[in-house]
Amino acid sequence: MIKDSQARIIDKKSWNNYYLFSLESPRIASQAHPGQFIMIRISHHPHPLLRRPLSIHSKDEKSIDIFFQVSGLGTDLLSQKKVGDILDILGPLGKGFHGGASLNGKDVVAAGGGRGIAPLYFLAKELRSHGALVKIFYGGKSLEDIPLKEKFKRENFDLYCSTDDGSFGFKGFITEYLKTELEKFTPSRIFSCGPEEMMKKIAQFAAKKNIPAEFSLESVMGCGFGVCWGCVKRIKKNGEEGWVKICEEGPVFSSEEIVWTEEEK
Amino acid sequence: MTDLSIDLGFIKLKNPIIASSGTFGYGLEFAPFIDLNKLGGIVVKGLYFSPRPGNSPPRLVEASSGLINAVGLQGVGVKKFSEEILPQLRKYSTAIIVNVCGEKDEEYASVVDFLDKEEGISAYELNISCPNVEKNGVCPALDPETTFSVVSLVKKSSSRPVIVKLSPNVTDIAEIALSAQEAGADALSLVNTFLAIAVDVETRKPVLPKVFGGLSGPAIKPLVLRMVYQVVSRVKIPVIGIGGILSAKDALEYLIIGARAVEVGTANLIDPEATVKIIDGLTEYCQKNGIDKIESIIGTLKKPQGLD
Ligand SMILES: Cc1cc2nc3c(=O)[nH]c(=O)nc-3n(C[C@H](O)[C@H](O)[C@H](O)COP(=O)(O)OP(=O)(O)OC[C@H]3O[C@@H](n4cnc5c(N)ncnc54)[C@H](O)[C@@H]3O)c2cc1C
Ligand SMILES: Cc1cc2nc3c(=O)[nH]c(=O)nc-3n(C[C@H](O)[C@H](O)[C@H](O)COP(=O)(O)O)c2cc1C
Ligand code: FES
Repeated sequence: MIKDSQARIIDKKSWNNYYLFSLESPRIASQAHPGQFIMIRISHHPHPLLRRPLSIHSKDEKSIDIFFQVSGLGTDLLSQKKVGDILDILGPLGKGFHGGASLNGKDVVAAGGGRGIAPLYFLAKELRSHGALVKIFYGGKSLEDIPLKEKFKRENFDLYCSTDDGSFGFKGFITEYLKTELEKFTPSRIFSCGPEEMMKKIAQFAAKKNIPAEFSLESVMGCGFGVCWGCVKRIKKNGEEGWVKICEEGPVFSSEEIVWTEEEK
Repeated sequence: MTDLSIDLGFIKLKNPIIASSGTFGYGLEFAPFIDLNKLGGIVVKGLYFSPRPGNSPPRLVEASSGLINAVGLQGVGVKKFSEEILPQLRKYSTAIIVNVCGEKDEEYASVVDFLDKEEGISAYELNISCPNVEKNGVCPALDPETTFSVVSLVKKSSSRPVIVKLSPNVTDIAEIALSAQEAGADALSLVNTFLAIAVDVETRKPVLPKVFGGLSGPAIKPLVLRMVYQVVSRVKIPVIGIGGILSAKDALEYLIIGARAVEVGTANLIDPEATVKIIDGLTEYCQKNGIDKIESIIGTLKKPQGLD
């Protein structure tokens, strides 16, 4: 884990509400694994106060990319930063997806909804470098919510898109699309990131078909490095169930570890 | 050389900057970022006798220049702390202060009893002011009698100095402060978080599952400065100020008002180097203003004439 208070924005792209930044940060880039995240300081003033967590979307030798959706004040202010601006970031944080050589020659699925696609690009490239055959399931509300589809296509990934309103690809939720396709093939593993409802459904049918699955969970984070105990989710490990800090032990967990709960309100 | 050391009577600190409980983990988590030996002290995360599960999420919600938390003191308990954490922590040359929690007065005493056998602890900070455990934020520090009862019980069994951490959620904090002093407190730290609420307007539900949480961060600083002001003129024991300190300037405000040291909380979450930067800032301030000993500015607030 490194604190880099000199991460320069070297490239910026945008699609409506979605942004992709490249940040120059050689030390963080050299250590980053798919599924890990960074904490970004939005302002040096007291508001917004906390850093915001964003997944590492891809990496180069010297830089990392982030891909985010404007969801509130913090991401809005971040979206207004320009190429050349300096960001203060902490990373790489958490533990990432498990993949690697054991998936060589196997079919795997990476399923993302909306901004949840962010970590799956890095993952998909890594899995492919290990010889896995990656199918990307990418869903959004509407055509404008799946802006990375061209990028995946350019990289020749097997891409399955859905939109809730049918403006592009399969009409309906990505979970329904995936369920239909799983009638035709059985992947060795499913990786997923997105709204909790979506991941919960995927976990259910993956369990029914005995397909191992991994999910990247989200939670409000106070620190990102394990000291505030603010980011917990219900997790079962070694037979014990409890509130586990996802910034440290996650954000990625396997199906068997996650105890899906309704947030008690 | 500027002398940043502070004498609290029962211990001498390298400097007045202490990391606050619950925002600094068990201390070791910060070793990759800063040299822990530079700190005046570290208050570790609140410890009950046994491990605690903590509250259901969501546990955090951001407010304007503040943070509302409802962590509920999830933690490892005294045994694991003594066996696994303390042996590493006491290698550092900084004051290690244990934040002591309890459901009943007796639990506070049993935590202190247990830890008294362990080396490398400088003092206890009695957390009688956490708003996130009992329903509706009830805690001993809301009442002078319950404060007196727990502090005097712990003082009976403790071989170490006891700092009592007060709650801001009272009408007259000086009254509670006096009660803690009377019960034998060696110092006071103020304050713990302010009872607070956030509402989700879409669902019209409270954001936090137990409705209440505790507000910390820059938003509370002016209120805590006022409380420290009200307490220092009434008590004889040292007062440690806690609330919204992000910079050396914030810490200086507390010292000038009369706090003998300060604790830095939420700032650690945002910038793991915050404590060390604040210490460096104090040195800079002293050098710029020709101050040799930081102790000399404590309680030097120039009040308007006619006010005492
Ligand atoms: C490990 C992790 C990785 C993430 N990766 C990405 C990503 O790659 N791309 C992306 O677009 N989004 C990602 N998110 C979500 C992103 O962190 C939130 O959208 C962002 O923090 C919202 O901040 P805001 O100030 O814009 O919104 P706010 O106005 O603060 O709140 C909008 C919503 O975001 C939630 N939120 C607020 N603060 C935080 C916080 N500190 N942490 C998490 N949620 C918060 C609130 O509960 C609320 O529901 C990730 C979250 C986590 C936990
Ligand atoms: C996430 C979090 C956890 C906390 N846990 C504790 C605790 O275990 N014991 C305690 O006495 N105070 C705890 N506090 C209160 C802080 O120690 C401090 O009193 C308060 O946050 C005000 O200081 P600040 O504005 O600098 O954060 C906690 C605060 C936060 C934000
Ligand atoms: S975000 Fe602070 S412990 Fe996970």
